[in-house]
Amino acid sequence: MPKRDDLKKIMLLGSGPIVIGQACEFDYSGTQACKSLREEGYEVVLVNSNPATIMTDPEFADRTYIEPLTVDILHEIIRRERPDALLPTLGGQTALNLAMELDEQGVLERYKVEMIGAKVEVIRKAEDRDLFKQAMQRIGLDLPQSRIAHSLPEARQARRELGDFPVVVRPAFTLGGSGGGIAYNQDQFSEIIESGLQYSPISEVLIEESVIGWKEFELELMRDRKDNVVVVCSIENVDAMGVHTGDSITVAPAQTLTDREYQRLRDAALAVMREIGVDTGGSNVQFAVDPKSGRLVVIEMNPRVSRSSALASKATGFAIAKFAAKLAVGYTLDEIDNDITRETPACFEPAIDYVVTKIPRFAFEKFAGSDSTLTTRMKSVGETMSIGRNFKQSLQKALRSLETGRHGFGADGRDQGFETLSDRELAAELARPNAERLFQVRAAFRRGWSLERVHAATLIDPWFLGHLQELAAYEDEIRAAGDLAGLSRDPALFRQAKEFGYSDRQLAFLLSESEDAVRQAREKIGLLPVYGLVDTCAAEFEAHTPYYYSTYGELDECRPSDRKKVMILGGGPNRIGQGVEFDYCCVHAAFALRDAGFETIMVNSNPETVSTDYDTSDRLYFEPLTLEDVLHIYRREDCWGVIVQFGGQTPLKLAADLERNGVNIIGTSPRNIEAAEDRKFFSSLVGRLGLLQPANGLASTAEEAVAIAEDIGYPVLVRPSFVLGGRAMVIVYDRPTLQRYMVEAVEVSEKRPVLIDRFLEDAIEVDVDCLADGETVVIGAIMEHVEKAGVHSGDSACAIPPLTLEKPVLDTIRSHTRALAGELQVRGLMNVQYAVRHDQVYILEVNPRASRTVPFVSKAIGVPLAKLAALVMAGFTLRELGFTEELSIRHFAVKEAVLPFVRFPGSDTVLTPEMKSTGEVMGLDIDAGMAFLKSQLAAGSEIPRAGNVFMSVCDRDKPAVVELARQVAELGYRIYATLGTATVLREAGVKAHALFRISKGRPNVLDLIRDREVGWIVNTPSGASPRHDELTMRGQAVAHNIPITTTISGLQAAVAGLRALARRERHEVCSLQEYQRYSRVDLRLPRNPR
Amino acid sequence: MKSFAPQGRSGKTVEEPSYDWGERRAGKAFLALHDGTIFRGWSAGADCDRLGEVVFNTGMTGYEEILTDPSYSGQLVAMTYPEIGNTGINHDDHESRQLFAEGLIVHQMNQPSNWRSVRSLSDYLRASGVPAIVGVDTRALTVKLRTEGTARGYLAVTGRVGEDEAVRRARDWCGLDGQDYAARVSAEQAFEWDGDGHISTTWPDQDRLPAADLTVAAYDFGIKWNILRRLRQQGIAVRVVPAGTSAKDILELETDGLFLSNGPADPAAVTYAIDNIRSLLGRLPIMGICLGHQLLGLALGGRTYRLKFGHHGCNHPVKDLTTGKVEITSQNHNFSLDPDSLPPDEMEITHINLNDDTVEGIRHRKCPAFSVQYHPEAAPGPHDAGYLFARFRELMSG
Repeated sequence: MPKRDDLKKIMLLGSGPIVIGQACEFDYSGTQACKSLREEGYEVVLVNSNPATIMTDPEFADRTYIEPLTVDILHEIIRRERPDALLPTLGGQTALNLAMELDEQGVLERYKVEMIGAKVEVIRKAEDRDLFKQAMQRIGLDLPQSRIAHSLPEARQARRELGDFPVVVRPAFTLGGSGGGIAYNQDQFSEIIESGLQYSPISEVLIEESVIGWKEFELELMRDRKDNVVVVCSIENVDAMGVHTGDSITVAPAQTLTDREYQRLRDAALAVMREIGVDTGGSNVQFAVDPKSGRLVVIEMNPRVSRSSALASKATGFAIAKFAAKLAVGYTLDEIDNDITRETPACFEPAIDYVVTKIPRFAFEKFAGSDSTLTTRMKSVGETMSIGRNFKQSLQKALRSLETGRHGFGADGRDQGFETLSDRELAAELARPNAERLFQVRAAFRRGWSLERVHAATLIDPWFLGHLQELAAYEDEIRAAGDLAGLSRDPALFRQAKEFGYSDRQLAFLLSESEDAVRQAREKIGLLPVYGLVDTCAAEFEAHTPYYYSTYGELDECRPSDRKKVMILGGGPNRIGQGVEFDYCCVHAAFALRDAGFETIMVNSNPETVSTDYDTSDRLYFEPLTLEDVLHIYRREDCWGVIVQFGGQTPLKLAADLERNGVNIIGTSPRNIEAAEDRKFFSSLVGRLGLLQPANGLASTAEEAVAIAEDIGYPVLVRPSFVLGGRAMVIVYDRPTLQRYMVEAVEVSEKRPVLIDRFLEDAIEVDVDCLADGETVVIGAIMEHVEKAGVHSGDSACAIPPLTLEKPVLDTIRSHTRALAGELQVRGLMNVQYAVRHDQVYILEVNPRASRTVPFVSKAIGVPLAKLAALVMAGFTLRELGFTEELSIRHFAVKEAVLPFVRFPGSDTVLTPEMKSTGEVMGLDIDAGMAFLKSQLAAGSEIPRAGNVFMSVCDRDKPAVVELARQVAELGYRIYATLGTATVLREAGVKAHALFRISKGRPNVLDLIRDREVGWIVNTPSGASPRHDELTMRGQAVAHNIPITTTISGLQAAVAGLRALARRERHEVCSLQEYQRYSRVDLRLPRNPR
Repeated sequence: MKSFAPQGRSGKTVEEPSYDWGERRAGKAFLALHDGTIFRGWSAGADCDRLGEVVFNTGMTGYEEILTDPSYSGQLVAMTYPEIGNTGINHDDHESRQLFAEGLIVHQMNQPSNWRSVRSLSDYLRASGVPAIVGVDTRALTVKLRTEGTARGYLAVTGRVGEDEAVRRARDWCGLDGQDYAARVSAEQAFEWDGDGHISTTWPDQDRLPAADLTVAAYDFGIKWNILRRLRQQGIAVRVVPAGTSAKDILELETDGLFLSNGPADPAAVTYAIDNIRSLLGRLPIMGICLGHQLLGLALGGRTYRLKFGHHGCNHPVKDLTTGKVEITSQNHNFSLDPDSLPPDEMEITHINLNDDTVEGIRHRKCPAFSVQYHPEAAPGPHDAGYLFARFRELMSG
C-alpha cells in the first residue's frame, strides 16, 4: 500500500540540547526523517532548540523552528502551522514526553493533529511501568519481580516484599536512568528513592529484583502496519546487568547465544512489539539472561528510535530512522528499498560478517567529587564504535578510537597505573564497574590470574574474557620477535598481530621502536589493511553504498575512482568540549564539496553522528582517527587534500604528523593553527599587530608561578598548555591557592608549562567567528557573552548582535580580527576571543579553525559558514562565493549552554573557566530579553512567571543588584534574601524577606527549596572558593530543578526578558526561514552536477 | 556444564591456557576450488581431507543445527559470520543423529561459553570425523561464490595432498548435479518419531505436548528433527519412512497425511520419490519442505534449476501472496522450481522470495497439497513461518 495522502504537513520534534543520555543520535535520526518525509512530498515543520544540529539547517525542513521544546511553545507553533500530524518517535525521550503532554493537555485534539509513529496508548503502555508489567504478563513473559511506589514508606514496604538487597530503583518517565540506581542497603535505598521520586515527572518509582550480573541483550526491531516485523540487530553487553546500557561496552551481533536462545529473544521481542502495539516504526527491547539457567526476563522497551537504533543502524547499514519515517506515513517494509543493495527490499534482517564494538566515553575528570562507578544511571558523554573482522580487532580499534590517549588494549606504555595496583586493589577495581576496567582486566591477566577469577570479580562473560586473556598473553608472542627487524623477518607473525588489532603504536611500544619505523617496516613487506564493505547482507548481494572498514585480509573491496577527492576528518567520540558542533561542520564540508563536484571521503568513529551516515559523503570510512588509520585511507583513495580544521582537536592533533607524511592539508596551514596555541608566538603576534593582551607568563614550577602572579597581580587565570575545553583551568585569587594548584591540580614540566594570565575582572567577553580566503576577511558574527569573563566560552550564554558593546569597540574588534586573519594566513574559519574592559579590547585567544559557535552563528545570520569555509579551502574565493560583507540581522539570537550537573551529584555547579557543558540551545526573538529568556527556557531552566525568588549576591554585586531587584519586585515576585542582600535591598526601598544563612540557622533557603517555595535563585559566587553554604544550596537547586542565575549580567538579561514577556503575555514563535527572509545574502555556492 | 576454561591441544581443560599461534601462522590447511583458487588456514577439526560443494551460509547463529542438517551432505559449509564456536555444542540442538556436512570453513574458531554447552565445536568436529579449516577470509570466499557461483572444493588439512592435486580432485569431482544424496542420508528403517515425547519437549519448549490424535508418514530424504518436533507439537504422531518407500507401502500405513522432507543435492535425481509422490497426490494431504517442495513440483511436471549460489541463511524475506505478509525465513537450497514450468491450472504459487523473486511456496488447486522452499521449522532461524505446521494439521483434519 502506498503512503498516506490524507496528510500534507507533518511536524517533527527534535530532542533539544545534547545531554547525557540523549546526544546527537537524534540529530542523525531527525535529519534522516526530514529527508525521507520531504522525499515523499510532505511539508515538514521541524522544532528543535539545538542550533548545532544538521536537522535545523533551513534546507532540511519547510519550516524550522529553533524554539524551546516546551508544551506552551509547541502549542504556539501548532496554532500557527496547523500540521496534520505530529511525529515524535525520532526525537528521543524528550520528543515522546512532549507529545504525551500535548495530548494530555488536549492540544492535539483541539487542532486535529494526529500522532503518527506511535499512538498515545502505545507510548503509555511502553513507558508506564505498571502497564508495561501487565502487558508482559499477558503475553507470558517474565520480568524481574517488582513493585511500584509513590512515596518512601510505600517504597520501604515494597522492598520488604521483594526480599534481600540489592534492589534496582527506576523512576518512571526519565531519561537515561536519571535518578535511579542500585541500592545495596537501607541508607542507599532511601537516598535513591528520594531522588528517583524527584526526577520522575509523575513521582513514581519502580523497585525491582536485582538481576545484576546477568547477561544483557538488546534487540532493535521495526514493525509496519501490516505486522511485518524485522530484527535489525542484536546487541550484547560486555558489562553485565547493573551498568546502564549507554555506559556499557557493547558488541553486535550477540556473541554468546545459540540460535535457539537467540530465537527465543526474537520471539519475545516480536511478542512485545505486538502487545505494546508499535506498528509504524522502530523500537528496542532489552533483556537479561541468567548465565546459569538461561532464564529470560524483559527489562524494558522503547517505542521509538533510540541511541541503540543509531548504533544498530551504523553497525549494519540498515537505515532505521529513514525507514521509521516512511513507516509512519503508511509504507510497509516490503515497499521500501534497501539503498545499499538496491535490489532487495528493506523487509529483511541484516546479516553481518564482522564484529562491532561500542565503547562509551566518560568525562569524570571534569566533575571532581563525583563517583566514577558505573551504575544504572547513565554517565557517559559520548561513544565510539568500531568494526573489525573479529572481536579482538574490533575491540582494539574501538579502544584506539576512544581518544583517551590509549592505542589499543594496553601494551602502549600507559598501563603503569594498573600494573602497580596491589592485588587487593586490583581485585576491588575489577569488581567495581568503571571506565578503565578493560585495562584492569588486562593487568589481572598479565599477573596470571585465571579466567575464572577475573570472571568472578567482573561478571563479564567468559567468552569476552577469553579473548582478552589471549590478547594479554599475545604481547609476549610479539615481544618474542626480539625487535622490529625480527618481526619483519616473520611476516606471518606481523600479520597475525595486525589481525589481532594491534596498532603500529602498540607494536612500537612492545618492540621499543617508533611508530614511524613500524609503519615503514610494515609497508616494506607489503602488509597493508584491506577495506571491507558494510553491506547489510554479509556479501550475499552486491552493495552499492561505499561504506567501509579496515581489516587485514585477502579481499580489498575499496575501488577508488579517479575523481578529485577531499577527505574530511571527523571529531571522534563526543566529549565535553567537543560535541556535535564539530560534526555539523564536517557534514557541511561534505555537502558543499560534494555539490562543488569533489568526491568527499568522511573518516569518523562516532556512531551517533550525521557524518557517519552512509549518504552524507560519497565514501564513508568508519575508522579510528589515528595517524596509521587515516594515512592508509588517504593513500588508498589517493586523496587530493584533507580537511583537519573542522573536526575539533582530534584531527588537529594529527595534522602535523599527516603533513610530515606528505598529506596535503588544505586550508589554513597546520603550522599556523598550532602556532596560535603557542604562547610565545601568540605574544609576538599580538605585539606585532599592536594589540593588547592581559599580562601573562609561563611557569614550569610553583615558585615561578607565584613570582609571575605577583608580578602581574591577582586574580590570575591559570591553565596547562594545550588543552581542550579549558581542562583544569581556574581563576586564582591568592598565593596559597596558586601553590596548591601547582602541586595538586596539574602535572607541570619544562615541556608542559602552565600559562598564567592576569584575569580581567568584570570584563565582557566576546567571541568572533570569521572567514578568510587570503584576500578577504568576513566577520560571521560578533558574540557578546552574557556571563562576565572567567566562565569558559563554551559554558556561557552569548548573544548576536552584541547587547551592550558600542560601535567603536565593535570596530576595534573587527579590525583586530582582520589583522589576525591576515597575519595567520587563514584559509577557512577563525575564532577569536576578546575581553572588553573600560572600552579596552584585550585579545584572549585566537584559533584559526572551526569553533564551537560556528553552527550557532550560521543559523543566527543565515549563512552556512562551514560550507563556505570548506569551499575556500578547496580553492574558491569568498568573492566568487558571494560572501564579502558582515551581515547585520534584525533579530536577536542567544546561545545558552546546557550543563550535566544533575548527573554528577557531589560536584559543584558553579561555572568556571573549565568547560562543563554537554550541549547548547538557541533562543531567537526580535526582542533581546525574550531571546535570552527563550534560551533559558530551552536549556531547561524555566524562570517562573511569578512566585518567590531567592537572592544572595556577593558584596561586589550588591550595588548592581538593587535596580534589578526592584524590577523583579515590580514584576510581582516576592523576594527572599540572605540578611546582607536583604539589608541592601531594604535600604534602597525594595521589599525583601530576610532568611538565615544556611549555616546560621533556620528558616533558610534549603527549607524553601525543600518545600518548593522558591522558583528561582539568584546567587553570585563570592570569591575564589565557594563557601560550603553556596555549594549545598546550588546542589539542592540542581536536584530540585530550580533555575539558578549566577551572574549579574545573567540577571539583567533575564529581567529584560521577563519584562518583555509581561508586555507580550506569551511567547511568540517564528521560523528560521522567516527570520532569514530579512537578512538574506545571495550566495553563489557551486553546483557541479556529476 | 559450563566449559569456558581454555582447552589445551589435548582437549582437556587446563588451568594455564596454551595457544597455538605458531601453528596457525604456519597455515598448513587449505581449501582448493576447482578453478585453482586456494584459501589458506589451519585445521581445527578431524584430520582428514574432504571433497564437497562449497557454499556459504549467512546465519549469525546456528552452526550446530547447520552441521547436523542432512541437507548439507555433500557440502563444505563456509560461515560468513567470523566468530564461530562461541556457544559450543549442546545436547538439545542437534538436527539429526549425526554431523552431515562434509567440512566447515570459518574465519575464527572459539572456545565455548554457554550454560548449555557440553563440548567445544572443535572437539565435536574431531570426534565426528569432519574436517574444519580456520583462518579463511570467508568474505573473500563468499564474494567469489556470489560472483562466480557455487564451487567444487577440496578441503585439505592432513598435509598429505598438495595444492595441485587438491585442485585436480575438485575439478574432477562430479559435484552434486544429478546426484541422489537423499538415499545416502535417509533412515534405513522406518521408525516412530520420539515415542515418549522427550526430544520434542527439549529446552525451552517445556510445555506438555498435546495428545497425538493425527498421524503422518514422513519421507526421510534427510529430515531435520525440528520438523518432527514441530509436527509432534501440533499433535501429530510421525512415522518416519525411508526415501525409497513405495506409495503402496505408504498407503498401507493408513496415516492422515504425508510429509515430504528436506534433503541434500539434486531433486531431479530422486526419480523414484517423484513417481511415488505423483501417485500419492490426492490420496493423502501432503506438505513438503525444501527438497520435498521441489519433489512435489517435479511430480506435477515442473522443472528445477540450479541457483547461482543458492540460498543459505536465516534472513530471507518471503511474501505470502495469499495474505500479503512477509516472513523472515530460514533457507538452505541450491535448486529452485521454475515458475514457468508449473501447470497453472493445477498449481498456484503462494510464496515468493522478495530478494530475487524465486518461488518459495506452492499449493495444489484441487488436491490437498502444499509445500515451501524454505524452512518453517527454522532451527536455525526465525520462527515466523511456524504457522505452516498448523496449516498442515488443518488440511489433514478438514
